[in-house]
Amino acid sequence: MTDATAPATPPPPPFVGPLEDKDRIFTNVYGFQDWGIDAAIKRGDWDNTKKLLEIGQDGIIEIIKASGLRGRGGAGFPTGMKWSFMPKESKDGRPSFLVINADESEPGSCKDREIIRHDPHKLIEGALVAGFAMRARAAYIYIRGEFIYEAKVLFAAVEQAYAKGFLGRNACGSGYDFDVFVHRGAGAYICGEETAQIESLEGKKGQPRLKPPFPAGAGLYGCPTTVNNVESIAVSPTILRRGAAWFSRFGRDNNKGTKLFQISGHVNKPCVVEESMSIPFRELIDRHCGGIRGGWDNLLAVIPGGSSVPLVPAKEIMDAPMDFDGLRGLGSGLGTAAVIVMDKSTDIVRAISRLSYFYKHESCGQCTPCREGTGWMWRVMERLRTGEAEIEEIDMLQQVTKQVEGHTICALGDAAAWPIQGLIRHFRPEIERRIMERGGSSGPMMEAAE
Amino acid sequence: MSDAVTIPDEAEVRARWGGFAWTPENASQAEKVIARYPAGRQHSAIMPLLDLAQRQVGAETNTQGWLPVPVIEYVAAQIDMPYMRAYEVATFYTMYNLAPVGRYHVQVCGTTPCMLRGSDDVFAACKAKGLHKGGTTADGLFTLNEVECLGACANAPMVQINDDNYEDLTFDTMTAILDDLAAGKQPKIGPQIERQTSCPEGGPTSLKEMVSENHDYRGGW
Repeated sequence: MTDATAPATPPPPPFVGPLEDKDRIFTNVYGFQDWGIDAAIKRGDWDNTKKLLEIGQDGIIEIIKASGLRGRGGAGFPTGMKWSFMPKESKDGRPSFLVINADESEPGSCKDREIIRHDPHKLIEGALVAGFAMRARAAYIYIRGEFIYEAKVLFAAVEQAYAKGFLGRNACGSGYDFDVFVHRGAGAYICGEETAQIESLEGKKGQPRLKPPFPAGAGLYGCPTTVNNVESIAVSPTILRRGAAWFSRFGRDNNKGTKLFQISGHVNKPCVVEESMSIPFRELIDRHCGGIRGGWDNLLAVIPGGSSVPLVPAKEIMDAPMDFDGLRGLGSGLGTAAVIVMDKSTDIVRAISRLSYFYKHESCGQCTPCREGTGWMWRVMERLRTGEAEIEEIDMLQQVTKQVEGHTICALGDAAAWPIQGLIRHFRPEIERRIMERGGSSGPMMEAAE
Repeated sequence: MSDAVTIPDEAEVRARWGGFAWTPENASQAEKVIARYPAGRQHSAIMPLLDLAQRQVGAETNTQGWLPVPVIEYVAAQIDMPYMRAYEVATFYTMYNLAPVGRYHVQVCGTTPCMLRGSDDVFAACKAKGLHKGGTTADGLFTLNEVECLGACANAPMVQINDDNYEDLTFDTMTAILDDLAAGKQPKIGPQIERQTSCPEGGPTSLKEMVSENHDYRGGW
């Protein structure tokens, strides 16, 4: 019997870092040690993988669901649920495929590169475990073309795994046949979008497909396909070994696990580091990056999740938890946890305009609002950078971003619109100042005849 | 399309490359590549095959390589792909060069994370050495291009020259790299400051045991 009037004991506060070394998954993230299979086995990879497979296909999916793992590629969709969408049996003889998205091209992101070149066996073992759980025949790892050295390592690592009998027929002695193939891209950001990636794998231009049908119904070669980010796949064997409860100890509710953060820009020591989800921004920067260049008073703004998410001004981000919900609450997002830090020396309009150029360059050209809009937005951004514009054009630009956002097949249109919207939301006075100084509409009137 | 390359004269190109065929080594590599995809799905091999062909052209011309039209035709024919589909692929992806490039293809990342860390200085170093965006130096040694994010943002600013990344650059280190290449020397690949890959400068803030030994952290589980 409990006394109804007694105050309920509050749940313990969530663990938000710092992470202990024993709880880090990617122990060779900096490549101090060999990436090869023998060294990886000594670190704990490929340790009785057969036993993991004996958990069974549905059992594995249940553990991943219970762990709270959300996709690490940016959208944050629950990984276990994604796997469960795959057909349990093939009614028409079509095989299923796992496609692993290693087309890491989001400005700010550089985590999959570290996994692939320094801990590739975590990814390959994860490919087997995940592929088995979703009843896939094979996995294709789509690695961006510019990762030339990383692809060499990955090809060699896959060969090592075959040589040990961990892949191929009767993988790891489990009785399950599973192949892993590596496919190199050739320089197109859009191929990070799952259906564009499938098109590219089929030997076409990487232009996104209309959904539905979703890949789980008709993906690669028209077969059921799941596309997962490298990090989502690479963490799964460790989750199975240590249990869902271990993984879900870290981070706030709905934002569980450990995460590779990639910090670039104006910090004293940019780096990639694995930390607990929900770690406060200040703790992340002070502990691992040697603080903000010029001190915390010098912080201007942060793009917390790769170029596609809106920036967050200094005072809002300083003590914010670095997770999906915390950053969404600030009108931004965790994305790939690619943290781009900007201090007060930054020309903020130029920084965002350069992203607009990026999206103009990377638009696949399929949908008119994006193909035309990205170029238009960039040209206006360039004029706002120099102040060669009218005040009204800020609102016009805002309006155009709204006409691009949500009106394209894939999210590239949204991704091009959001950084500009974030800039206008938080730095409108700075844009107006430049226009005034150049003598824009509200500034001193220029007489044409003078 | 103002930044599109000028595709070289067709008659000249056909005279030079009309007889393109795989070297014996690349022919067997091409077979291996095609075997990665299910039977009947050999079109999937177009991207790796174009890359292989570009490398072979590079080896024959002592440059990074490019894709003359007859070479694209040759590759497309091998996998029964209409030429126009292969040409679409070659023009869609930025890593296929549609016009000749120099011995070293200097691809400086100019996207925001690199810009914040000083990619302007890297471009300035290139300019001081006589490199111009989109052009090849008169001696055929360097072609300079600005490229979009190459995924090494924690080591910004960076440049990819042919197959190698040079990271954590400054005006001076970029100048030194170009000098070394011009002198036929191989510069140090990777970070140009005292730093292990993407580890914080000055040493790791985590996983310190890994520096000296292949540590197994499972003891603490």
